[in-house]
Amino acid sequence: MKNMARFYFDHASTTELDPRVKKAMEPYWLEKFGNPSSIYQEGREAKTAIEKARKTIADLISARPEEIIFTAGGTESDNLAIFGMLGHPTSARRSDVQAHIITTKIEHHAVLYPIKKLEKGGLIKATYLSVDKNGLIDLAEFRKSLTENTILVTVGYANNEIGVVQPIAEIAKILRNFRNSKTPFFHTDACQAAGYLDMKVNPPTGGLGVDLMTVNGSKIYGPKGVGFLYARNGVKLEPIVYGGGQERGIRSGTENVPAIVGLAEAFKIAQAEQKKESLRLIKIRDFIIKELQKRIPDVVLNGHPTKRLPNNISISVLNAEGESMVLYLDAKGIAASTGSACTSESLEPSHVIMALGLPYEYSHGSLRFTLGRSNTKKDAEYLIKTLPPIVEKLRQMSPVKFKSQITIRQLADKSQINSKSQ
Amino acid sequence: MTKIQKKKSPDLVDDKTSACWYYSDLVKEHFFHPRNFLKKDPKPGEFDAEGQVGNFKCGDIMRMWLKVEPKTEKIQKLKWRTFGCGPAIASISAFTEMVLENHLTIKEALKIKPQDVVKKLGGVPSRKIHCSVMADLAFKKAVENYYKKTKK
Repeated sequence: MKNMARFYFDHASTTELDPRVKKAMEPYWLEKFGNPSSIYQEGREAKTAIEKARKTIADLISARPEEIIFTAGGTESDNLAIFGMLGHPTSARRSDVQAHIITTKIEHHAVLYPIKKLEKGGLIKATYLSVDKNGLIDLAEFRKSLTENTILVTVGYANNEIGVVQPIAEIAKILRNFRNSKTPFFHTDACQAAGYLDMKVNPPTGGLGVDLMTVNGSKIYGPKGVGFLYARNGVKLEPIVYGGGQERGIRSGTENVPAIVGLAEAFKIAQAEQKKESLRLIKIRDFIIKELQKRIPDVVLNGHPTKRLPNNISISVLNAEGESMVLYLDAKGIAASTGSACTSESLEPSHVIMALGLPYEYSHGSLRFTLGRSNTKKDAEYLIKTLPPIVEKLRQMSPVKFKSQITIRQLADKSQINSKSQ
Repeated sequence: MTKIQKKKSPDLVDDKTSACWYYSDLVKEHFFHPRNFLKKDPKPGEFDAEGQVGNFKCGDIMRMWLKVEPKTEKIQKLKWRTFGCGPAIASISAFTEMVLENHLTIKEALKIKPQDVVKKLGGVPSRKIHCSVMADLAFKKAVENYYKKTKK
């Protein structure tokens, strides 16, 4: 059993390090180990390395180097974007008005929890935009939720669970027409998108039009524990970490030089290979979705069928519990994840699947397979062969058969019809 | 309380090696090879009573079927079906094994507590005990149903 082949289908959770990235990082452990803040040679070497990395990243997203702040990952970047915003002199500091933040019900917890924390402390008011059954926000609802006190809008580029891609550029356009001062600023968590979608921030040559953007290393074949926050010039952020004043005072702490070098290299490779890799993965993705729905009754695709990441397969298997499926899959060499309450630390079912307006049963039976560079058609074939008997066994063991099976079929049919019309 | 239950850590960690495993070998054994689960729908008269606990909101649902020797109240047959996570399936499997292996009567079987099941399984992550180790509750429901039927 120990030498059994592994099939890794959890690339939205984290990715392996690209060997080219590892190579780029190599000199910065032993040889060029200096502190970038030191003025002697070792320090200058390290400083040069992080400034090169900053330039590489800035070029890739059509930004300026000084707009890139290195952090310890996606969670920190999100927290900095949200908590840091309250230090902005034109917004929340005005004690007479309560600042307002708009986000969505399906954001990552790294976005939702800082907002909830501020809301609980009475520092802000928050609007959580709902999504339709395909996982997309309603732009009209968004437009209506904007107020003159809105300081920040934060909407994830692509969702980590269901892979649905939000219309970021359209949100930015609405905001441009709405604002008469600098605010509200627009932040997007782009961790899941960075390997697959266009990441240029600046219009008019296309571009997302965001003011703040989160990216991390561990989803793009880079190192873990490193990320960056893009913050457009003019966006004033109050630090959440104080100390030696690194990163223009916004993020103190000695820079993680090897990780920053690795992040830039990983991002460069990911963006260069983005189109080709996306096309390859879309084929495998759609093959798996089609085959699983054919081979297993009552399997529903979560999220929009086409407006989704090329690597994301999120399904709900009715009358089979997610954690049990994940454990059986693991025993067969497959790594996957679930939004079932049983696997979360909080024992709460996935807030994302719940936000689609589906009953608990869908959350408990949800499975997420996220493809990556290591996955081939052969892996896909192994997966579609392995899952059906597992589901059959668990369904046989279940005392309940979720009753509205006709409704489920209708739902599934409906989503297919909608996908054709869009 | 068993030693493992007292641990606050959500997952099991070996004190000596720091090796992490999510579930003990015994949980895995019962989960991958469940004992006494009801494969085919019961025939009329095959069981005397049944009981179900849990709901989709909490995520685990258990149903137990019971056949009792009327004079001695010894449990002759005990079968189950479960919708739930690893320890939910493992714990009901272990519970039925404890009852049947030891040829327990209803009275004796009612004394089995969740911590006894946890002990038999070599530990269950603490946050999972409350929600998934509830075979005793399903059994109680089945017994209630049995007495309702027989002592009218």
